[in-house]
Amino acid sequence: MTVVTYAEAKPTAPAYATPARRMTVNGWAVVVIFLPPALLLFTVFVFLPIVEAGWYGFFNWNGYGRPERFIGLKNYGYLFNNPTFVRSLINNAIIIVFSLLIQLPLALAVAVMVAGRIAGAVWFRMIFFLPYVLADVAAGLIWHFMFDGDYGVPSVITTWLGIHPYFLLADKTWAFSAVLIVILWKYFGFHMMLYIAGLQGIDGALLEAAEMDGATPFQRFWHITLPLLGPMIRLSIFFSVIGALQLFDIIVPLTGGGPFETTNTMVSFLYFFGLTRMRIGFSSAVGVVLFIICVAFAFGYQRIVMRDD
Amino acid sequence: MTDAADAVRSPGRRAGGLGSIAAFAALIVLAVAVLFPVLATALNGFKDLSEFRTNPFGLPHVWMWSNYWSILTGYRYWQVLGNSLIIAFFTVALTLVLSAMAAFTFAHLRFFGDRFLMSYIQLGLLFPLATAIVPIFIKVRDLGLLDSLWGVILPQVAFSLAMGVLLIRNAFKQLPGELLDAAMMDGCGYFRYFFYITLPLSGPILATVAIIAFVASWNGYLLPLIVLNSESRYPWTLGLMAYQGQYMTSWQLVLAFITLTILPAILMFLMAQRWIVAGLTAGAVKS
Repeated sequence: MTVVTYAEAKPTAPAYATPARRMTVNGWAVVVIFLPPALLLFTVFVFLPIVEAGWYGFFNWNGYGRPERFIGLKNYGYLFNNPTFVRSLINNAIIIVFSLLIQLPLALAVAVMVAGRIAGAVWFRMIFFLPYVLADVAAGLIWHFMFDGDYGVPSVITTWLGIHPYFLLADKTWAFSAVLIVILWKYFGFHMMLYIAGLQGIDGALLEAAEMDGATPFQRFWHITLPLLGPMIRLSIFFSVIGALQLFDIIVPLTGGGPFETTNTMVSFLYFFGLTRMRIGFSSAVGVVLFIICVAFAFGYQRIVMRDD
Repeated sequence: MTDAADAVRSPGRRAGGLGSIAAFAALIVLAVAVLFPVLATALNGFKDLSEFRTNPFGLPHVWMWSNYWSILTGYRYWQVLGNSLIIAFFTVALTLVLSAMAAFTFAHLRFFGDRFLMSYIQLGLLFPLATAIVPIFIKVRDLGLLDSLWGVILPQVAFSLAMGVLLIRNAFKQLPGELLDAAMMDGCGYFRYFFYITLPLSGPILATVAIIAFVASWNGYLLPLIVLNSESRYPWTLGLMAYQGQYMTSWQLVLAFITLTILPAILMFLMAQRWIVAGLTAGAVKS
């Protein structure tokens, strides 16, 4: 904390109560000491890597020496001709659609129920939020056990029916639905909390007035609560999409991308087919595709959908 | 609004009657469905394998405390938790220090390029760490940080700076400007103002940023996966997967290990529930 005494010695400028404060030596000292550490770390580990991903994506490179074998856009060509990658793109899209059509409406319904004075509301909220604080890896492994054909829930049903064990995670038609169930279990509580926070900001007098005017509960919800929740819903859609695009941690312990590579996401494809095989150029190209989708979505969404929030 | 966990006055009045009974029943069913996997995991950790096969979802007939005891008395469990704690501690500490310093500059000082630099750091909000994971791996390797905890900590800090700077700067800006004027008038420089006035008044926002950075670091998997090779440096998320790989045929042990590794998160959540919920949701809303 030697900087404190250093600051004391400096003459201070007369204070003007204007937003634009005149720059002083003391002020410059703050800029020079306080800003560089954050800027340096950010540049080295966030900014440069994303620029380098764009660069490496043009090369056939195994990560050793310098990237020299320039192949232009070929990595991107390989990528979009790779059925596993196309499948993982589709899987990411399925997660988004599932989140918007199933997860968020469920979270909203639950939020409306537990925001009221229902018995045990605080407990319900806590229980529903709990999976969100658990690591994705642990959640994936817990559900790997839950879906297991010999030990999990299917085993109870197949034993009871007296039929052969059923391995959902090995069923290439339905394995991906297991991923969706885990996502629902783990994340709906987070969105519920966002909606509860939004519901708390709604003026009860509005709803009371509507009730006096004879609006039914459904009308009150549809015409008052829902529009007023708009900003929060748009925000939760944003988190939901960005989260869906980067999903990886659940896939590894749950399915490992299998069976027959039907349950990969873009990031798990990047890891299993690029990084673990040291195909640095190729996997950088996957990162670039993911980056472009994320940034295009974030910009477009904030400009178009969230512009009034 | 900041405390989502508090019992609140709802927009609707007491509904009463059949509707609320149905709602209550639906919530009970949902709560059981949400808790069931966690409880089944914890209970099955008490069984032996033969019972596990025949009775996967009942209470154990014989409670095998030894499953848990062998993990708790072993070295491995404490080592992975210790590694996670070290990583999370330094990630949170560095995130707070660097974000608060940068945020203070952006909140109070106007200089050439200040808005540009602020937007530059905000770029970090646009894309997740996974997009840049390959060059991060190369960078960490070239810096000689592969297989070291710093190779996990530094990129984690870098990726939480955007959120930290934004949240903290907004909070700093909301402190009354008269405070700074008065302090300047009395001959207090920016540095003293930062340490003696700004920071003590900013507890809640620093706690929010700390909670978000801690949870992200504690639960992190992808970054340690590509950076760390030695099992002695694994955080618990990697340790859990390694344990599962090794004891694949003894589900009951894996489940006991899962239970014990998620226990710290559950205990922390139960103890600091209001803070954690408020931190994670308010943080999301404000950034």
